[in-house]
Amino acid sequence: MMYTPEMLASMKKVEAAREKNIALEPRRLTAEEKEALLKQYHPDYKDEGFVTIEVGPNKGEKAPVELNEMLTAHSRVADMDLDLTKVDYDVDVLVIGGGGAGSSAAIEAHEAGANVMIVTKLRIGDANTMMAEGGIQAADKPNDSPAQHYLDVMGGGHYANRPELVKKLVMDGPIAIKWLNELGVEFDKDEDGTMITTHGGGTSRKRMHAAADYSGAEIMRTLRDEVLNRQIPVVDFTAAIELILDTEGKAAGAVLQNMETGEILIARAKTVVIATGGAGRMHYQGFPTSNHYGATADGLILGYRAGAKLLYQDTLQYHPTGVAFPAQIFGALVTEKVRSMGAKLINSEGEAYIHPLETRDVNAAGVIRECSTNNKGVDTGMGKAVWLDTPMIDMIHGKGTLEKRLPAMLRMYLKYGIDMREVPILIYPTLHYQNGGLEIRANGETTCVKNLFVAGEAVGGIHGRNRLMGNSLLDIIVFGRNAGQQSAKAAKETTVKELTLEHVKKYEAELKNAGINSDKYSPKLLPNYAKGRKDI
Amino acid sequence: MVNVYLMGKKYEVPEGLTIMGAMEYAGYQLVRGCGCRNGFCGACSTIYRIKGERELHACLACQTTVENDMYIATLPFFPLEKQVYDINEIKPDAQVMMQLYPEIYSCIGCNACTKACTQGLNVMQYIAYAQRGDFAACAEESFDCVMCGVCSSRCPAGISHPQVAELARRLNGKYLMPEAKHLTERVKEIQDGLMEKEIEAIMAKPISELKELYNHRDIEK
Repeated sequence: MMYTPEMLASMKKVEAAREKNIALEPRRLTAEEKEALLKQYHPDYKDEGFVTIEVGPNKGEKAPVELNEMLTAHSRVADMDLDLTKVDYDVDVLVIGGGGAGSSAAIEAHEAGANVMIVTKLRIGDANTMMAEGGIQAADKPNDSPAQHYLDVMGGGHYANRPELVKKLVMDGPIAIKWLNELGVEFDKDEDGTMITTHGGGTSRKRMHAAADYSGAEIMRTLRDEVLNRQIPVVDFTAAIELILDTEGKAAGAVLQNMETGEILIARAKTVVIATGGAGRMHYQGFPTSNHYGATADGLILGYRAGAKLLYQDTLQYHPTGVAFPAQIFGALVTEKVRSMGAKLINSEGEAYIHPLETRDVNAAGVIRECSTNNKGVDTGMGKAVWLDTPMIDMIHGKGTLEKRLPAMLRMYLKYGIDMREVPILIYPTLHYQNGGLEIRANGETTCVKNLFVAGEAVGGIHGRNRLMGNSLLDIIVFGRNAGQQSAKAAKETTVKELTLEHVKKYEAELKNAGINSDKYSPKLLPNYAKGRKDI
Repeated sequence: MVNVYLMGKKYEVPEGLTIMGAMEYAGYQLVRGCGCRNGFCGACSTIYRIKGERELHACLACQTTVENDMYIATLPFFPLEKQVYDINEIKPDAQVMMQLYPEIYSCIGCNACTKACTQGLNVMQYIAYAQRGDFAACAEESFDCVMCGVCSSRCPAGISHPQVAELARRLNGKYLMPEAKHLTERVKEIQDGLMEKEIEAIMAKPISELKELYNHRDIEK
């Protein structure tokens, strides 16, 4: 046990109050109370975290400081003399990104008969999908319906969601689960085949399907296996550093760069799918992140320079329960499933101060309140934190439940001598999800650039201003498959004209006219954690 | 501070860092051997030996704290052999392993795979289940596999254990686990258009009414 004396003293209070706290059902906050809590404590409302965008389709709107830095940086191809007539890859559909959305898109494009290729800057499967622990929502139980799911999504997203995208998400939800199941994904089931489903924050029905707490990993490794079975080409360790358009302004490929050798390659395609994922490694407002190494908002930058519009780029999701201690796993995710299974959030005084299944933004704001103005946080040496009372799980559901249903969490903590079956764990919000992204229509195509499709976390509008647990795994499958089908269809009707990077020159000129001269290049591709190295 | 030897070169790094953190502290800008940084993706498999000890250890660099006098070699890629198959054509019988991964029957029972597993899984046991055609047991035993490939690097029989397990899990998930009838029924209802009216009705509501509905919706206990 590595807890400090101060932690242990507070833990005693948590233990003393445990039985009482298990029995307690904390009151749900009213709509007004939630709004007040968010305005005062949620990072999205912190003015100094944002600036006004000065160029491009979203000029005049707010963006996180770090994202805007990338939007105003130079293109990596700005100083390159490229011959776009010398084509290295020539395909129908180019999928950028090898996570859950990209793989689903590639499988469906292949199914539709397209010549499809995946390009990814790390390996296929190095993606936030792999790390999604808790589960995937879908309204497939008799007491549930897509309309009920719709209501939860809209309320959770503060009614800012694009209705036609939400409709697609909830109506195609059960179909997505069936598709995955038929590919061989091992969902948790009862002996009679009934899916074991639980609540997530903000759900009104138990519709969270899971595969223990490896839900995303199980989905990702199955999709990857299927991509390989279909022998779809995967060009790995190769980043897309700029989109290529044709002289009619349609998306028509990408400039690629080998991450190891630096070699530049040209890919020509009839249609392009951006499935580049999230942005946690941008570390907005200095937050740690639960995201994988390559989550640097690349697709948003590529799309924006090519003329696609962003939507809700100013809203991020901070997962309320990131690891606050020990330091080695600071910022890592503690799945919401821990709360789904009954563990409550407890402050330093042993008080269950909030309902554990309020939406993520509300609970993140609640933790920040306890740790700041309420002064009921526990000191970790790296800041303050509150407890997540994990021993409650086995007390409620019986001994052995935590080990069976949360093996990854248990393993992660045991490596540092913390047995979460016996002692509570310390948590603080971590940067988890990019609510916004590129604006699309229900067919997955961007509103402004023809033949440019987007799927997964790089899309904006599905989740409004706050996403519910389990709707991201769902959206990468639903919108990934959709983008694959639609991009393959569009490819059949497309003739690519001459390739051009004029849009990049135009964007550079726009920056110059706005008096901006950055010393940075974008997209970021990878964060720089190496000591003594200068960022480029 | 502790001394570590990265690919044999000595560096002094703060105590308490993970191996991955130590490499970055030493100045490495990682491209290979770094993925989710949270123990799920298997990108950062690493082998190490403590100076003066005989035993060779395997771990994930993002999940393991450095020790003094640790000799560290990363294993960012290992050539696993994956066989190509059509999930809709194969059947969950013992024949399929014989056809796709016959080398599993050459296992000599040395248990080096189990000792090397970065997830602490009983790898040799799940291979034994696969040999017997007990795919449900193989799937269960291998479930936490991150497919890092360290087991295979130690196998004298040349078995690609993670790929064998992946096949077993897909067979189990698709063919052996019981069908979720409520799912099949709901999908049919959606495809028959039976859910359309209700969703159109809720979509047609103004936001004020939607808010009212949301704030007073009943929540399943």
